[in-house]
Amino acid sequence: MTEKMNADKMWVTMGPQHPFSHGLWTLRVKVDGEIVVDAEPEVGYLHRGWEKECEQRTYAKIIPMADRLCYSASMTWSHLYCKAAEEALDIEVPERAQYMRVIADEICRIQSHLMWLAAVGTDLGNLTVFLWALREREFFLDLNVRLCGQRLTTNYPRIGGVRSDMPYYFERDCMRAVEHFEKTLWEIIGLTDESSIFVSRMKGIGYITRKDVANLGITGPAMRGCGVDYDVRRDDPYDAYDQLTFEVPVLKEGDTYSRYMVRIEELFQSCELIRQAMKKLESIPKTAPYRVKVPRCVPAGTTCAKIEDPRGESIMYLVSDGSERPYRLKVRSPVFVNVSASKNMVVGNRIADIPAIMAMIDMCLGETDR
Amino acid sequence: MPYNSILNWIVFTDPMQNGYYPYSVYNLPYDIGLKLWELLGGLIAWLINLLVPGNCVSTWLVCDQVANVFAIILMVVVIFAVGFIINLTMIWEERKVLGRMMDRRATKIGPLGYFQCLADGLKTFMKENIAPKKADKKIYWWALALVIGVSVLVACMVPLSGRWFIADYGTGLLIIFGLFALAPFLILCAGWAQNNKYSLIGGLRAAELMISYEIPMLLLLTGVILMTGSFNINDIVNAQYENTWYIIPQFLGFIVFLICAIAESERVPFDLSEAEAELVEGWQTEYAGMKWGLIMLGDYFRGYVACALVVIMYLGGWMLPYFGSTPVPELVFIAKVFLVFFIFVWARAALPRVRTDQILNIGWKILMPLAVVNLAIVIALRMGGVF
Repeated sequence: MTEKMNADKMWVTMGPQHPFSHGLWTLRVKVDGEIVVDAEPEVGYLHRGWEKECEQRTYAKIIPMADRLCYSASMTWSHLYCKAAEEALDIEVPERAQYMRVIADEICRIQSHLMWLAAVGTDLGNLTVFLWALREREFFLDLNVRLCGQRLTTNYPRIGGVRSDMPYYFERDCMRAVEHFEKTLWEIIGLTDESSIFVSRMKGIGYITRKDVANLGITGPAMRGCGVDYDVRRDDPYDAYDQLTFEVPVLKEGDTYSRYMVRIEELFQSCELIRQAMKKLESIPKTAPYRVKVPRCVPAGTTCAKIEDPRGESIMYLVSDGSERPYRLKVRSPVFVNVSASKNMVVGNRIADIPAIMAMIDMCLGETDR
Repeated sequence: MPYNSILNWIVFTDPMQNGYYPYSVYNLPYDIGLKLWELLGGLIAWLINLLVPGNCVSTWLVCDQVANVFAIILMVVVIFAVGFIINLTMIWEERKVLGRMMDRRATKIGPLGYFQCLADGLKTFMKENIAPKKADKKIYWWALALVIGVSVLVACMVPLSGRWFIADYGTGLLIIFGLFALAPFLILCAGWAQNNKYSLIGGLRAAELMISYEIPMLLLLTGVILMTGSFNINDIVNAQYENTWYIIPQFLGFIVFLICAIAESERVPFDLSEAEAELVEGWQTEYAGMKWGLIMLGDYFRGYVACALVVIMYLGGWMLPYFGSTPVPELVFIAKVFLVFFIFVWARAALPRVRTDQILNIGWKILMPLAVVNLAIVIALRMGGVF
């Protein structure tokens, strides 16, 4: 009987190579006509033993590896790793380096969110949003090039500071990019938010509740879109974030549109943060150190460091045994946790909604599968 | 007819003088076809006469009956070639305009990037021709052939002017609409035959799409027919020249028809059946290589027909106000088609794709009542004696 009842339902395997997945993962959905009745995410295609590999390397050599965790949030990941090592070493980072890290992090956040915005455009079938967002992203990748010589794998933070001082006229270039971006972001919003079709595709789908957020451990914009007012940058400040004032956007609806709005608002807040940090940086003498010397070996013990990644709260758990290599380095990836909510989000919606809902998770398989 | 000189095979005659001329009015493509045959057939006749002087085949080849048959064949080729060139130009227009709107470089091959389509065609042509093992082969191939065939056929049915038509039916517009509506059914068959879940969903979506816009579209057609009193395209265009373009009394209808036309040609706000974000490539998923290239070409043929219908029904066809029929009315018509297609491209650049239930809502709750209102306006104008 049950077999017969299920005869009109079918499993559709969306992935691992599928336009909506933005990487190698599978979302198996059971559909009744077009309505999704069950879903099951499958990740792990990109597992490359990242954590085990780190155990074979010295502390300094792990920084470029941390860049490879996520292609568009490399700065925050290497920052997080450096932060974990600094906490294990009990080292205070120079103030100048703290502000430089904040600026680098926020540039990273903007370009990562722009990559997400571009992906939202293609997922909803509008290529213009994709190209306009990537056009703006290019300015921030250029800033990355100015700062660290690389567009994506930045390798900029160091244990005890940052790799190098800011280049000449970086402040001018950075402020130009930010001011230009604050204007052009409204152009993109004109294509998305002000288009009623776009809003109708977003609103009222992919609901998750505060209970789901607590049970599944969802963090980042997906959590703040459900009315949970929490941001590591504000509530557990690291580096110079306690010196800066910014708003944490929170929306109560918990649908795809609120998650979208949270990220868009975060883009504006990041611009504001860069502006404030640049102003604060002016008051610090240029000759002040941007890096302190650190020992090669980390004393035995355990450290847990967390940071606000563009995609959520990322945590690194470092177990050191007094040698120059970590005993264990565990990564808690926000996307890996958030994607577990995909069943709660997509069930009851249509197949056509799946790209729109999943775009809000902003999949990044490098950090998910590690 | 003597074939004693090399120049004698060229005998251009008036097509209307041909005893078997199939039309009642002057037909330019037939004329071109006849002249081409007089060149080609005359050359063959001359060559045969060179080998066997005084034979009967040479005269038979250029007599009225045979010339008429070959003229019709060549006429079809001419009409298809012109339609094909219009189609390629539309693809080029879309790519260029879209590139400008998206702030990126568009096509670059050839002068102004015009030959990009040829490069793409060559690329898809070079691909391996593969078909899924478990597909229903017969339907898989036939549905594909018919989707493309119907699209090309309906594009060739569209007259470019009063002298450029393939057939001057009394029910011209109705036949175009009928053939136009065949494609979604064939897409459904093609989606089913591929043994692929994405294709199946895409095919069913094509049917879902069709039931949401086809009825408003036919209601709007009724409005135009009521105003003109004829299905004949020539009559509709002439009536618009004598009175006014139907966009003025039926502006509402024009807007609704434009939306329906975009849906009919399955372009971006309504390309649900090939929504690449969720359905990979929709009903075309298992059609790889040249098959996909031809499907794309067929899509543009249907896009051309949709634009042409808008032009015929609301924008005065090949006539211009005050000027009437220009020396080359075909160019006026094509220019109007490109102008309407610009709106299509604009919609593609600006709008995201709508959802299946939303298109049903739009079709039944917005477009349908508006179409009825438009019909009421038409009837009121007709009863009031304005038209």
